[in-house]
Amino acid sequence: MSSAQFPILLVAVPLLSAFILNIAGWFNKKYCLPVVIVALVGSVYASFGTLFTVLEQGTIRYRLGAWLPPMGIEYVVDHLNGLVLCIVSSVGLITAIYSKRSVEQELPERIPQFYTLYILLVTGLLGITVTGDAFNLYVLLEIAALTAYALLAVGEDRAVLSSFHYVIMGTIGACFYLLGVGFLYIKTGSLNMIDLHGLLPGLFGSNVIVVGFAMIMIGVWVKMAFFPLHGWLPNAYTYAPSATSCLVAPLMTKVSVYVMIRIMFSVFSPEFTFEVLACRHIIVWLAVAAIIAGSLLALAQTDFKKMLTYVVVAEVGYMAGGVWLANTAAITGAILHILNDALMTLCLFMTVGIIVYKTRGHQFENLKGLYRTMPFTMTAFTVGVLSMMGVPPTCGFFSKWYLILGAIRAEHWVFMGALLFSSLVNAVLFFRIIEIGYFEPFTDHHAHGDDHQPEPIDEGPLSMVVPLWIVAAALVIVGMYTSGIVTKVIQFAVPEAIV
Amino acid sequence: MEFIVAKYNYWIVIVLLMIGLYAMIAKNNLIKKLIGMCIFQTAVILFYVSTAAKSGGATIPIIEHGHGHEAAAHAAHEAAHHAAHAVHAIDYVNPLPHVLMLTAIVVAVSTTGVALALIMSIYKRYGTVEEDEILEQIK
Repeated sequence: MSSAQFPILLVAVPLLSAFILNIAGWFNKKYCLPVVIVALVGSVYASFGTLFTVLEQGTIRYRLGAWLPPMGIEYVVDHLNGLVLCIVSSVGLITAIYSKRSVEQELPERIPQFYTLYILLVTGLLGITVTGDAFNLYVLLEIAALTAYALLAVGEDRAVLSSFHYVIMGTIGACFYLLGVGFLYIKTGSLNMIDLHGLLPGLFGSNVIVVGFAMIMIGVWVKMAFFPLHGWLPNAYTYAPSATSCLVAPLMTKVSVYVMIRIMFSVFSPEFTFEVLACRHIIVWLAVAAIIAGSLLALAQTDFKKMLTYVVVAEVGYMAGGVWLANTAAITGAILHILNDALMTLCLFMTVGIIVYKTRGHQFENLKGLYRTMPFTMTAFTVGVLSMMGVPPTCGFFSKWYLILGAIRAEHWVFMGALLFSSLVNAVLFFRIIEIGYFEPFTDHHAHGDDHQPEPIDEGPLSMVVPLWIVAAALVIVGMYTSGIVTKVIQFAVPEAIV
Repeated sequence: MEFIVAKYNYWIVIVLLMIGLYAMIAKNNLIKKLIGMCIFQTAVILFYVSTAAKSGGATIPIIEHGHGHEAAAHAAHEAAHHAAHAVHAIDYVNPLPHVLMLTAIVVAVSTTGVALALIMSIYKRYGTVEEDEILEQIK
């Protein structure tokens, strides 16, 4: 198979498999998961193939149907989205393997539907990442969002209402993005990102362009739950099925951060975003607010999963702040944090999934005595926690290190303070969890008069614990190979104009 | 006044956007929120379509120079008269925004569909679509 076709295959294979899966599901529910796994293995293979081609030959421009841009749509893969593609497809694959038992327990009636939406969501996220066309990005953004609404809504009782709020907020975000693209289109007559990048510099003085940029940013910020616009995220993610949370929590916000970086640097340019617009500091301050508010709100929770969703909100602040600090170290840190945060969030949400699978709840009281009853799960969880706090050699340390270096370089002491504050709060948050899990005696949650025989709480099933351990190992391995990732990939993803 | 009349299409779009945004944020009834969402999406669609228009009698590309059976029969003949049939972009409205909005309409319809399905499910569970009553029940 020619590697020249990889950029389209990594999207087309999961997309077409969604149809096959739906038909297969009619015959037998058991066929669904294998189809998902085969399709995602194909995607992972194509993603890594694409990334290695990019590392050797530089940016790939794949013309769909051989139509020349700016008329045709093209897929563009460079170092930045090559990396994000690998993250999205790998997380999709690992979560698919992990989801088997969890979905069988939580949604026994809807397995084919669940996996059809699952694979479409991964398709949407991969498409957002790979496309080089601003309008195509909107469509894929909505494909990802629509499937996510449905996947989040099939969870616990409250999930439907929180998912409805997400529909409203998500649509506002997408419409703002679309309006912004419309503004750019009025002025330039083009939707191709590389073409726009060439046409826009002459128009940087225009108010239309500035307003268009602001609208796109607001749209993307809603999608990535940047602080004042984060309201939809905690409830939607908390009440979702475990498998959905594991897929959506690490990927949705991270892919939106990628879109923000792509718009800022590849559609517009660093000079425009950092020099023509004088709003850089305001946004770093917003990021500071996001980090502090996310951390404090996380402290106030008594629900383990909800606490993690507020940690996600705080982490978005890390990445947004890093990008808008506008120096090489900070942007390197932000891009590295896309990778690291996806892995850390995945690790923590997978732990929650196993706890929910065994104890049927995600309150703090469900955690009592779990270090004794499920030692393997909780050990992997501890690795995730150490990474979240930023303890070397886990990868969380390195991205935080780059972000702090960037803050020092930019002399933005408040942002640095917020990063350190958030690490401290994370330590408090997670040591509280570890304390409950380690020292509080185990209580049987099924004790009060359930008519069915209570299941004993023990180690989670292998198909869930092994993926969790793979992710925990990845946290350490990525941490140890950070310098390699930075010099080979991320270094080239940071625009050259930035010092 | 001149400012408003000359760009009236944008003003209409802005008014519609604000109505939609208000309904989505301030209304208590979930169906009204959904209606607000539809108005908001429609405003964006109208915005795109109105930017395609050109003054001076520009028409839709398929109306003039129709390529029906006549064109197929006289393909060779047409080639000779090609100069007379040269296409001037100025005569036609820009078709691209319309095409883009076809896709956006599909997206809007599916979003509405998903939202309606969610509302149905909410109604089955709580017996109401008023948000405050639902929140009361959740507590």
